[in-house]
Amino acid sequence: MGFFEKFFGKKASADSAKERLQLVLIHDRTDLTPAELDSLRDDLVATISRHVEVDVKAMQIGVEHDGRSQRLVADIPLKSARRKTRKTK
Amino acid sequence: MPATVITITSGKGGVGKTTTVANLAVALALEGSRVVCIDGDIGLRNLDVILGLENRIVYDIVDVIEGRCRLKQAMIRDKKFTELYLIPAAQTRDKSAISANDMVRLVKELRSVCDFVLIDSPAGIERGFRNAIAGADRVLVVTNPEISAVRDADRVIGILEAEEKGPASLILNRLNPALVKSKDMLSSEDVLDLLAIELIGIVPEDENVIIASNRGAPVAADGKTKAGQAFRNIAKRLKGETVPFLDLDAQGGLWERIQRMAGRK
Repeated sequence: MGFFEKFFGKKASADSAKERLQLVLIHDRTDLTPAELDSLRDDLVATISRHVEVDVKAMQIGVEHDGRSQRLVADIPLKSARRKTRKTK
Repeated sequence: MPATVITITSGKGGVGKTTTVANLAVALALEGSRVVCIDGDIGLRNLDVILGLENRIVYDIVDVIEGRCRLKQAMIRDKKFTELYLIPAAQTRDKSAISANDMVRLVKELRSVCDFVLIDSPAGIERGFRNAIAGADRVLVVTNPEISAVRDADRVIGILEAEEKGPASLILNRLNPALVKSKDMLSSEDVLDLLAIELIGIVPEDENVIIASNRGAPVAADGKTKAGQAFRNIAKRLKGETVPFLDLDAQGGLWERIQRMAGRK
């Protein structure tokens, strides 16, 4: 990385390569495109919403890797659960 | 003891598979092992020129499989190392001339006559690659610290796991320490973090590799070069020794400068 890139705070090219590879490898390994992940999220929300009210805006879903194995991680806050805990106090 | 059969593969072409096979063969021969290398790249043979044996070819691997010669007749003895042999690929045929079963049978015959069988796999993940891994006891995946090479290596590692040929070991070839230092090349830590397999060697980028190929005498024969040392260390690790990884941070170090002044580099 040259002086000017450093001066203007441009990201090191090795760091971009690593970040891009991390995303690409998740999709290569799971055969799951970002669009498919989106539709999976919508399906999950629809299913869970039939039972409890969820905070759609605050939910997060993604694929994390642990060594060579992948794991689907969903963090879905429940709206009704929050109110309940407040009431019991 | 029967031979260990090791296949060297990569997914992407041009990352240094053939160079790695030639150098590991020479380095293992230097350690006193009996080595047979097989060029598995039918139709695009190259291991012969890297080893400097192109003028000695009479029979090739397809001749053996189709019964036109005995196995021993297709084994070309190296000029310098008497316990190093090459079975060349056929140049005028294609991958379909050989099946995975043919490879398994060939390798089985070789197990009793040497200590190591090294198979140079073609690039890609198709038939030639499948043939090359069919008889392997272990697989080494060669990659470069570059985005496309790492991606393809990951694909191959995944296939090897699925085929129960894993866990593969990684050779990171053509690492440029100066570029890693300036954060313009993926480091060995980055690549290991991404691929999550065991590392068996890091080979620095070294112009001596090209010079050695030009001459048909692999760089591992010269223990004074960085790449040659790296390949020798991998050979020792294949034999079960624990060898520390080379310190490649010696970018512009005193020794390098002295060598450069002396016109060695």
